[in-house]
Amino acid sequence: MNEPWPLSALLPGAILFSSLLPGVFIFLVKEESHRLRTILNLSGAILKLFLVGFLILGVYEGQLFQSRLTIAPGLELVLHADALSVLFVTLSTVLWLITTVYAIGYLEHSPNRSRFFGFFSLCVSATVGIALAGNLLTFVIFYEILTLATYPLVAHRGTPDATRGAKIYLAYTMSGGLVLLIGAVWLRTLTGPVDFVEGGVLSGMPASMEGQLTIIFVLLLVGLGVKAALVPLHGWLPQSMVAPAPVSALLHAVAVVKAGAFGIVRVVYDVYGVEYAASLGLLGILAAAASVTIVYGSVKALFEDGLKKRLAYSTVSQVSYIALGASILGPIATIGGMVHLVHQGIMKITLFLCAGNYAETLGVHKVSQMDGVGRRMPFTTLAFTVGALGMIGIPPIAGFISKWYLGLGAVEAGQSWVLLILAASTLLNAAYFLPILYRAWFRPAPPQWPREHIFKTRFETMGALLWPPVVTAVLCLVAGLLAASPFSPLEWARLIAEREYGL
Amino acid sequence: MTDLLPLAVAVPLLAALLVTALPRQAALLGVLGAAATTLAAGAVLTAVWLNGALTADLGGWGVPLGISMRANGFAAALLAMTALVALATSVYATGYFADSPKAVHFWPLWLLLWASLNALLLAADLFNLFVTLELLGLCAAALGALTGSADAVKANLRYLLVGLLGSTTYLMGVALLYSAYGALDIALLAEHIAAGGDENNAVDAAALTLMTVGLALKAALFPLHFWLPPAHANAPAPVSAALSALVVKGAVYIIVILWLELFASVATASAAMVLGLLGAAGVVWGSWRALRAARLKLMAAYSTVAQIGYLFMFLPLIAATPPGPARDNLFAALVLMALSHGFAKAGFFLAAGLVQQQAGHDRIDDLGGTAQQMPATTFTIGLCGSALIGLPPSGSFIGKWLMMQGAIEAGQWWWIVVLLIGTLLAAAYTFRVLSRAFGLEPTPLRFVTDARSEIPALMLALTAVGVLGLAAGPLWTLLGLGAGGAA
Repeated sequence: MNEPWPLSALLPGAILFSSLLPGVFIFLVKEESHRLRTILNLSGAILKLFLVGFLILGVYEGQLFQSRLTIAPGLELVLHADALSVLFVTLSTVLWLITTVYAIGYLEHSPNRSRFFGFFSLCVSATVGIALAGNLLTFVIFYEILTLATYPLVAHRGTPDATRGAKIYLAYTMSGGLVLLIGAVWLRTLTGPVDFVEGGVLSGMPASMEGQLTIIFVLLLVGLGVKAALVPLHGWLPQSMVAPAPVSALLHAVAVVKAGAFGIVRVVYDVYGVEYAASLGLLGILAAAASVTIVYGSVKALFEDGLKKRLAYSTVSQVSYIALGASILGPIATIGGMVHLVHQGIMKITLFLCAGNYAETLGVHKVSQMDGVGRRMPFTTLAFTVGALGMIGIPPIAGFISKWYLGLGAVEAGQSWVLLILAASTLLNAAYFLPILYRAWFRPAPPQWPREHIFKTRFETMGALLWPPVVTAVLCLVAGLLAASPFSPLEWARLIAEREYGL
Repeated sequence: MTDLLPLAVAVPLLAALLVTALPRQAALLGVLGAAATTLAAGAVLTAVWLNGALTADLGGWGVPLGISMRANGFAAALLAMTALVALATSVYATGYFADSPKAVHFWPLWLLLWASLNALLLAADLFNLFVTLELLGLCAAALGALTGSADAVKANLRYLLVGLLGSTTYLMGVALLYSAYGALDIALLAEHIAAGGDENNAVDAAALTLMTVGLALKAALFPLHFWLPPAHANAPAPVSAALSALVVKGAVYIIVILWLELFASVATASAAMVLGLLGAAGVVWGSWRALRAARLKLMAAYSTVAQIGYLFMFLPLIAATPPGPARDNLFAALVLMALSHGFAKAGFFLAAGLVQQQAGHDRIDDLGGTAQQMPATTFTIGLCGSALIGLPPSGSFIGKWLMMQGAIEAGQWWWIVVLLIGTLLAAAYTFRVLSRAFGLEPTPLRFVTDARSEIPALMLALTAVGVLGLAAGPLWTLLGLGAGGAA
C-alpha cells in the first residue's frame, strides 16, 4: 500500500456533494435566472469531473478512500471507492456533464426548469451514492433516494400520460425497493454489517444457512431486478418513456437501470463472492433471468414503431448483458459484463439524445417517420448510426468488445449455450436497428416533416442538442478502437476482474 | 440543576398567564414564551445528557408525600421534540392567525397545552400523570374547536368526552394500585410490583388492563381511534399539528412507561402481543382510510392512526427479545419512530394548512394548481410524506429497519408483512397528493412564497428526514442513561 493521500477520506463525500449542493441551490433559483442556474449546473458537473479524476488515479495506485458516518449503533453509512465504484462513478459523471448541456438546450423556454434541474442533480447524486456505497445499508439508502429523485423527472411534463407513467414507475420501484430492503435486513441479521469486499464476504458461512442465503439472494435479485428491468419486472420502463429526452437518456444509460445492474454485480461479486454464489447454484438463476430478458427485450423491440419505445426495449435487453456477464464464472466473462456497464451507457445515451433531436427538430417520434432524416440531419444520424451499429456489435465500436469478451468467457467457462443467446440477440438487434438506418439514409425524405423547428444556426439543429450525441458517439468509437490503452473501460474492467478473482 | 424540571413547566405556564393578561401583544409574547420554553427544554435535555436521569421534589417533600418530577432519556427526548415542534408551530401560528380574532383564544390555550404536556413528560407518579393527562385533554379539545364550525365543535366535544372516559378508566387502575401498594411513585411502585409475588397478580393485571385501555383510547389505538380523524382534521392547522404530533404521544408515552418500566416484571408476552396486533390492525386500517380520504387533513389524521400503530407493534417484539443490545435497539427504534412521526406529521399538517388557506379548501383531487404554485410547501409535504412512508434518509427508515431486524431475530415474521402493507399504502397516499403537483400549471415565480409560515414547516420536515435519519446515534446515548425498562 502506498503512502495515503492527505484528505483521501473526504474525497468520496466531496464527489457526492459536488452535485448535491448545486442541486439544493438550484431549487431556490428563480425561474428566469437562466444564467445562474446554468452556472450552478455546469460548475457542479465540472468540479465533479475533476474530483473523479483524482479518484481514478488514487484507486489505480491502490489508495483507500473511505468515509464513515455512524447513523446508529451497528448502522453505518459508508462511502468507499474501489475499482468497481470508480467505473460507475466515472460513467455517471461524464454522462451527467454531457446530459446537462443537452438538457439546458432541450428545455430552453419550457416551464419549471428550476424544479427539473434540482431533481436532476439529486438524481445524479443518488447514483454516485449508489456507486460509492461501501455496504448494503448505504446502497439501499441511495437506491431508495434515487427512486424518489427520479419520480418528479418522469412526471415532469405534467400531462396525464406523464402522471400515469410516473405512477407505474413508482409502483414498480417502490415495491422492488421494499423487497430489496427485506433481503438486506435479513442478510444483516445473519451476518452483521454487510460491507462490500472484493471477493465476497459470505464464503465462510456455515452450510446450515445455505437455504436462507439462497432465499435472500432471490429477494435481492428481485429488488434489484425491478430497476435493472429483468423480465418480468420490466413493465415500468417502456411506460416511463413519457419523460423528456434527457431524462430518458439518463434513466437508461446511467441512473436507474444501471443502478439495478450495478447492484446485481455488487451482490454477486462483493457480497456473495462469485465463486461462492456459483457453489450455491445461484448463478444459474441469474443466468436464466438474464438470458430470457435479453431475448424477450429484443423480440419486443422488433415490433415497436415508437422510436423511444423501441430503444426502451433494446435497453431491457442490453442491460441484461451485464447480469449475464456476472452469472458466468470466470474472469473473462466478468470483464465482458463490467465493460458493458460503460459501453451500453455511452451507446444508449447516444441513441436517446439523437431520438430527442429528431423529436425536437423535426417532430419525428416514430420509426415509420424516419425516411430520409439522414440527409436533413447528417451529424445526428451519423451519431445514431454509430450507436446502433455498436449495439449490434459491429467492430470497432464499443459494443463489439463487450460481446467478444462475453462470448470468450462463456466458452472458457464451458457454457457454450451463451453463444446461442448472443447470436440470437445480435441477429435481433440487427433486425430492429438496420431498418431504421436504411430508412434514414436511403429512403427519400417526405415533402414535409411532422413538426419542423428551424433554429438560427448553420447546423442541422441547436448546438447544445447537436454536440452531446456527437461527443458520445465519438466516445463509443474511441472506447472500441483504443480498448487496449491504459484507463480505457476495458482495461479498467480487467483491473476489476483481477481484484475480484484475486489474480 | 434540579430546578430545571419545574422550570420547563413554569415557563410556558407563566407565558400563558402573560398572553391572557395582555391579549393585544399575544403573538409577540407567545413566540417569546415559546422560545423561552424551548430553552428550558434544551437545558433539561443537556442536563440529562450530561448527568443522566434527573429528579426534583417540589417544596422539599420527598417520595412518597410530595409532588416529585423526573426526567430520563426517554422523557428528555420527547420533551425536546415537543419544544422544537411547538416552537415551529408558534412561529407558524403568528402568520396563520394574523388578523384573526381567534388568536386571542389560541395563545393562552396553546401555551397551557404545552405546559401540561411538559408536566406529563416530567411527572414521576401515576396521579400526576392523571392530572396532567386530564389538563392536556381539556386544552386539546378546546383548541380543536377553535374554528367554531359545527363539524369542529361536534368532533371535539366527542373528543372531550372520549378523553374523559379514557382518563377515568386510567384513574380506576391507579386507584387499584394505590389500594394494593399504598404508593404512586413510579420507581417505588415498580419495586413493589416486582417484589409483590403471586398474591397480587390479579390486582396487577386488572390495574394494567384498566390503565392500558384508558390510555389506548386517548392514544387512538385501533379500534379505539374513531374519535381522532374528525377531531384532528377539523382543527385549525397549527392545532392539528400539535394534536397529531404531540398530544397523542403523551398517552403513548405513559403506555410505554407502564409496559416497559412499571409492570415490566408482570406484563406477559401474550398480552403485549394483543397490543401489537391491535397496532398492526391500526397500521393497515389507518393507511387504507388515509388512501381513501377525500381531504388532505383527513388523510393526515388517518395516517396518524397508522403511525401510532407502528409504535404498539414494538411492544411484543421488545417482550420477545432478551435484554441486551438487540432489545436496546428496539426501544431506541420505538423512540426514533415516535420522534420522526412527531416532526413529520407536524410539518405535514402545517404545510396542509397553507395549502388549505391558499386554495380555500383541502380536497385532494382539486389541489393541483395550488400545490404547484407553492413549491416549498409541496416540497415539505413530500419530505414529510417520505418520512411517513419510512424512506431513507428519514428517522422512520432507521426505525423500520431495526423493527424488521428485531422481527426476524425474534422469528415473528408477520410484523414484516404488516410493515410492507403499511409502507406501500403510505407511499400510495403520499404520492396521491404529490402527483397533483406535477400538472400543466404555470411555473411558480419563486421557491418560498411566505417565509414566516413555510420555513417552520420545512424545518420540521428536514429534521424528520435529514437529522433523525442520518444522526440518530446520540439518541442511543441519551436513552442509555435512563431507559430503565429497556436496558
